[in-house]
Amino acid sequence: MNGRMLNLCGLALVGVVGLAFMILVPRLFELDVVLELTVYMIMAILALSLALIWGYGGILCFGQSAFFGLGAYAYAIAMFNIGESTIPLLLAIILPAAFAALLGYFMFYGRISDVYLGVITLTVTLILFNSINSTAGPEFHIGTARLGGFNGIPGIPPLNLPGNKGTPIDLEGMFYLATASLLVTYFGLRLLLASRFGRIIVGIRENERRAELLGYDPRAYKLATFTIGGALAGFAGCLFANWGNFVSPTIFGLSQSAQIIIWVIVGGRGTLIGPIVGCIGIQWLNTALGANQPSGGSDWWVKIFANAPLILGIILIAFVLLVPKGLVPTLGDLGLWLLQSRGKRSRLEPKQAEES
Amino acid sequence: MAAPLLETRDLSMHFGGVRAVRHVNFTLAEGELRCLIGPNGAGKSTFFKMLTGQLQPTHGHVLFRGKDISFAHAHEIARLGIGIKTQVPNVFDGLTVRENIWLSASRIHSGEALKRVVDEMLERIGLGPLAERLVGQLAHGQRQWVELGLVLSTDPELILLDEPAAGMTHEEVLKTAELVREINRTKALIVVEHDMQFIRMIARQVTVFNQGSVLVEDSVESIMRNPQVRDIYLGKQAAA
Repeated sequence: MNGRMLNLCGLALVGVVGLAFMILVPRLFELDVVLELTVYMIMAILALSLALIWGYGGILCFGQSAFFGLGAYAYAIAMFNIGESTIPLLLAIILPAAFAALLGYFMFYGRISDVYLGVITLTVTLILFNSINSTAGPEFHIGTARLGGFNGIPGIPPLNLPGNKGTPIDLEGMFYLATASLLVTYFGLRLLLASRFGRIIVGIRENERRAELLGYDPRAYKLATFTIGGALAGFAGCLFANWGNFVSPTIFGLSQSAQIIIWVIVGGRGTLIGPIVGCIGIQWLNTALGANQPSGGSDWWVKIFANAPLILGIILIAFVLLVPKGLVPTLGDLGLWLLQSRGKRSRLEPKQAEES
Repeated sequence: MAAPLLETRDLSMHFGGVRAVRHVNFTLAEGELRCLIGPNGAGKSTFFKMLTGQLQPTHGHVLFRGKDISFAHAHEIARLGIGIKTQVPNVFDGLTVRENIWLSASRIHSGEALKRVVDEMLERIGLGPLAERLVGQLAHGQRQWVELGLVLSTDPELILLDEPAAGMTHEEVLKTAELVREINRTKALIVVEHDMQFIRMIARQVTVFNQGSVLVEDSVESIMRNPQVRDIYLGKQAAA
């Protein structure tokens, strides 16, 4: 009962904070901050997609960026060909989901072990990176959309209200859309994980053989989880292509794939709020360290500390060694410990009073 | 006579050059309780793994109610009605006792019935007060009970128990024997055990495995008197 109450309180807190964030940010901050926060929200959806399949499904996917990138490219290409965003948006979800289902079918039904699963998914995203990267020539086009190779696809038309081509969503609208999508994704995943399906996939993560001997087919459950994760990552990719009106092959690259994993490790596997916190925190750090600023002119130590990959690497190592469960689960343990020790003390105190 | 519940024909399992199980012909009637004994490495666990689809036999067949399940998947066999409690407690350590039982029972129940069945099972395995504890934090014997609860919750027709009394206190052993007899009122069982006292409490028929094949199959009393069995198995234990 107590656990359930705590759970409900947590949900309500996330809802209130999320809504307040969504309403207040555009009113309090300049557009550049709103834009920056929009991309954090989009990446947080991507983080949630891995939180589901790795944190809860136990599937270590090193190539979540493959589905993210496919979503972005599918949206861009379909948008240039169609011009109205409803179908491109759907394609950006369906195509990565179908790709995840196909890839997942071979991996899970082929009984590929965990380590190789990581290697295969990473390889897939790098293959996509290389393939798209080498499509710079004008002969590479799908319909009227040129793939652009390493130059990427610029000038992607933004989403519009469903069925209404004339009303594109503006920058502030994108912030609302991204934040609302993140909240819906979060609560949707909470529902999914509380359902029978969610509890079974956690059981399979805990002990696959046992689940199998009870009559559950782990392959089917993993495939479904992986496909849902692919769909979510694709959706995030679609939003990302909208955010910058631009997509390039680096979206499939190694650093993008690694980032997603780092968000989940730092935030904490087996939670949903953790990867969101990890994702936003690390991106903020990335910006603060000036990863996107031109270097030069400053002292040597500024250059070293402004080296975002180096700092990120140190953070990752620190977390793996010192906080292996991740930020949120560790804070949760700490809170529980404090609560319990306080409970013990308050139970002790009357006794001491009696004795004296 | 009615068709047997379980039958193996010429069942063999080779790992490379090692012949772990050789040409085993085994039958179990509906509702029967059979004990399997034999020294370590006799092939009992491998035999169980083939019956439950965890290993696929090199030769031969397994028939459950006349249906060939030699190459069926583990989850399909579980759904046909064979449940197994493995030697090392095979449970969901990261989940609570209640969640463990829930996961198992939810394959065949839902809604209110599911809640009731879970509560009843917690009561039956005597872990009601520990329902919200993580299984990984329980004692070895209690985890054995959790696994028994998992197996019983899917309501199988045939239950395989691999050393159910191992690592249990004397009291727990008595309780387990009682539970096994109770289960046997409605279900068939095959029990692998080393503890002869435990076997005498539960079984009539005993099958002795040695070096991958069936050495002898007889009543408990005759097995205890059989000099060959004493040699390979009981003798060693007595000497130890």
